[in-house]
Amino acid sequence: MVVRAGSLVRPARALLVALLAVGLAGCGNRQDVLRPASKQEHQISSLWWVMLAGAAIGFGVIAVLLFLGWWRRNRADLPGGGGEKAATALVIGLGIVVPVIVLSGFFVWADIFVLKRTDAPSPSKTAMTIQVIGHQWWWEVRYPGTKAVTANEIHIPVRTPVNLVVTTDDVIHSFWVPALNRKIDMIPGRRNTILLDASRVGRYRGQCAEFCGLQHAHMSMSVYADPPERFRSWLANMAAPAQRPGTALARQGTRAFQTLSCAGCHTIRGTAADGRVGPDLTHLQTRRTLAALTIPESKLGEWISDPQHAKPGNKMPGIGMSQADHQALLSYLESLK
Amino acid sequence: MAVDVLTPRARSRVDRLERIWAEPPGIVGWLTTVDHKRIALLYFFTTLAFFGAGGVEALLIRTQLAGPNGKTLSPETYNQVMTMHGVTMIFLFIIPMTIGAFGNYLVPLMIGARDMAFPRMNALSYWLFLASGLFIYVGLFIGQGPNAGWFDYVPLALKRYDPGMGIDFYALGLILNGLSSTAGATNFIATIFKGRAPGMSLNRMPLFCFAMLAVSFALIFALPALTIDCVFLELQRRVGFHFFDVAHGGDPILWQHLFWIFGHPEVYIIVLPAFGIATSIIPTFAKRKMVAFPLVALAELLVAFIGFGVWAHHMFATGLPTTTLIFFAAASMMVVIPSTIQVFAWTLTVIMGRAEFRAPLLFIGGFITFFVIGGLSGIMFAAIPFDQATTDTYFVVAHFHFIIFGAAVFPVLGGMYYWFPKVTGRLYHEGLAKASFWLTFLGTSLTFFPMHIVGLLGMTRRVYTYPSNLGWEAYNLSETVGAFILAAGLVLILVNLVHSRFRGPPAGPDPFYGGTLEWTTSSPPPEYNFPVIPTVTSAYPNWDREDREADRRRLDQGLLVLDRGHETPASTVRDGILDEILDMPSGSPWPIVLAVSVSLVFVMLLTTHYLLAAAFVGLTTVSLAAWHWQEPQER
Repeated sequence: MVVRAGSLVRPARALLVALLAVGLAGCGNRQDVLRPASKQEHQISSLWWVMLAGAAIGFGVIAVLLFLGWWRRNRADLPGGGGEKAATALVIGLGIVVPVIVLSGFFVWADIFVLKRTDAPSPSKTAMTIQVIGHQWWWEVRYPGTKAVTANEIHIPVRTPVNLVVTTDDVIHSFWVPALNRKIDMIPGRRNTILLDASRVGRYRGQCAEFCGLQHAHMSMSVYADPPERFRSWLANMAAPAQRPGTALARQGTRAFQTLSCAGCHTIRGTAADGRVGPDLTHLQTRRTLAALTIPESKLGEWISDPQHAKPGNKMPGIGMSQADHQALLSYLESLK
Repeated sequence: MAVDVLTPRARSRVDRLERIWAEPPGIVGWLTTVDHKRIALLYFFTTLAFFGAGGVEALLIRTQLAGPNGKTLSPETYNQVMTMHGVTMIFLFIIPMTIGAFGNYLVPLMIGARDMAFPRMNALSYWLFLASGLFIYVGLFIGQGPNAGWFDYVPLALKRYDPGMGIDFYALGLILNGLSSTAGATNFIATIFKGRAPGMSLNRMPLFCFAMLAVSFALIFALPALTIDCVFLELQRRVGFHFFDVAHGGDPILWQHLFWIFGHPEVYIIVLPAFGIATSIIPTFAKRKMVAFPLVALAELLVAFIGFGVWAHHMFATGLPTTTLIFFAAASMMVVIPSTIQVFAWTLTVIMGRAEFRAPLLFIGGFITFFVIGGLSGIMFAAIPFDQATTDTYFVVAHFHFIIFGAAVFPVLGGMYYWFPKVTGRLYHEGLAKASFWLTFLGTSLTFFPMHIVGLLGMTRRVYTYPSNLGWEAYNLSETVGAFILAAGLVLILVNLVHSRFRGPPAGPDPFYGGTLEWTTSSPPPEYNFPVIPTVTSAYPNWDREDREADRRRLDQGLLVLDRGHETPASTVRDGILDEILDMPSGSPWPIVLAVSVSLVFVMLLTTHYLLAAAFVGLTTVSLAAWHWQEPQER
């Protein structure tokens, strides 16, 4: 009859292929649960590999039983000749006793020990605190104790436990950088915290994980784990007000920024622009991307002339502006280093 | 027993039953029917249509996500389609399919009753269900479909962030849908407790009926949470209450708690009937009774019960206190045990029997395979840190599709083949059926398995598009290809069944030699189900040949024929001892009138015509009074 052995082997083989694929696909990837760059995420990915092994064994047992059902389809007993009582005993043994033992051990390990090691830190144990505020559809990043404000690209010192306090300005978002730690929701009225403690210098991609509306797909962020020295100079620059534009064109752009009402939504510290709707642009040029990683910073010109093209529905309106205004504005924005 | 081999005396009794139970012909008959089999068929075709709609939505989603930066759907359309896919498959397909269609058709037949305990309420629950489905779909067709995901979190679903009518269609539609489910669930409990044939004590009741009993209780206790949630949401959206508004002392987490207090039992409500179908198909084709029958019955009831204690595992990333997390993780592990009991009981029954792998059993093999995969990934979510890493990613999407598609829909597909001869009186084409199994099995694996991997690679759920440099392309393409293969498999099933409905060879009453009572009567069963109420002495009464011979003799003698009116026996709850003979109502226009007027109340609420809504509440009251004007007489 028709259940071929292949039908039962196929899922097992698929599992194996998947396992290899997961191992390989990590190379050069930037949003991967299984390429840990912190002790915490290392715990979580170890948890996964152990669970995968356990699951493979569990699946194997059932696959063997299903195969036996087909293989012994002309015999009405258990292999070894057991009857009704033996079958019931097997159901109790395999269906109750074994899972209770395995799950108890698993529970203690995963939900007591691993949980403890990945849990949000007590503030006394971290070196610094960063505040991340979710907006539809971008991330506002503040460094309490300094004037530094940025967006979508979070810098942290490497090998330093950082306490991230996450809140939201509108709907629920979820902060998630897979290589560094688990995710944590940003919920109105709540201050949730999570630990970031990168063990390697690098750039780690993250994304909003809770559905937050039209452009949920384009709400990503990067965490840069910098050497402490580089981080300190970055933070010092970020805390300073904007430099005065050096060229006449850029100065013209300063005026355009006001008259075209960009300033109504964006802050540029050290100028009259103090809007709070969109990201702080004081040091825009230190960021590599725009619109929560939707496009590279090099496309700034296209973005300001038609922000609804790359990320339709975002809160930045397309403002009809003259070619001259566009060039001036671009020149000004490019001076914000 | 089949009515074609009868003595003249028996024949005349059967003719009398035919006259008593005849329903009006044509469209009027369908609109006023209270026959559980016709209502089940109405449910079947309606849910099948919604399955088609949900399937088209799934294919649209997969087409959009086939490659990076897809342009098939706009973000707004994608969000509506994605939300409607979830709402449709859960509320308009799988639950009404398993409970409304399979449950309705089979429960009275399996327990030897002539109808559900409350036949008119049964009709009411169908018409309300149809109304709720149409109601929600009107939103989509006028471009105002719900768009906040099937679990519709606030504040995203509040007026401030979602000013259209989509969420109102969702909330009011689900309240209406809940009315239908509550009516149905109550009916099943009463039917299963009181309607069983003489001798069918609880320990002789088919496992399918245990599953339906568990589901019905779960529905009755779970649905109020969803209804209250939707009422709160509408009060906040329409009237300005502040249930979820932090600035006024509300809390958006309240929505999540109430939703998942309903939503997790809902998962078991989805899969339990499928377990019931599996426990019907396996003994028939293994040609022996279920191994560990009482344990399986207990497990079915337990899973519905423990399912109420695990809801917060959907909220592990919300920042709940650690103690809370650990409690719910422990409960989530406990709920595994009833499932492992059943998995081993199913597989050992196949091993212990002389299994004949016809199409229905193949689908059950697929079901067990997928259920085990989905179950194992489910256990992983009880590891809190792993849950917090992978929740809201495609890993979750993979997990619950293995459960909802693999573990719930596969038995439904197998069940369609299995009971097709009973419902139509004709046999399906076995070869095509097996081909359709392999096609759907391959399609399902290819669609949903890669989602595990792409989830671990960081792909979050509910994104309308994704960038090209994250290593997600190949997996997504495979999922899309798989989805179309799966769709082809489903179409093949439809083709097989439609063709066999008209061209299939006659099936006879019992083509598979099934163990339960539905196989004792002719195919399709007559309006009155059984010419004589069967007397039951075991859990597989159709295998008790002497008992069935005794039924035949009783028909000759006129015992337990109940041919003095629309009659069905009622028995004691535990032991199934014949208690009284009930007069049942016959066809009635009031269920559909009542359903229409209730639906109009909701339409008026939606369109903010509150005075008209009140008027229709009045009409509803009048219809209820008219409904009860003429009660059937008890004897």
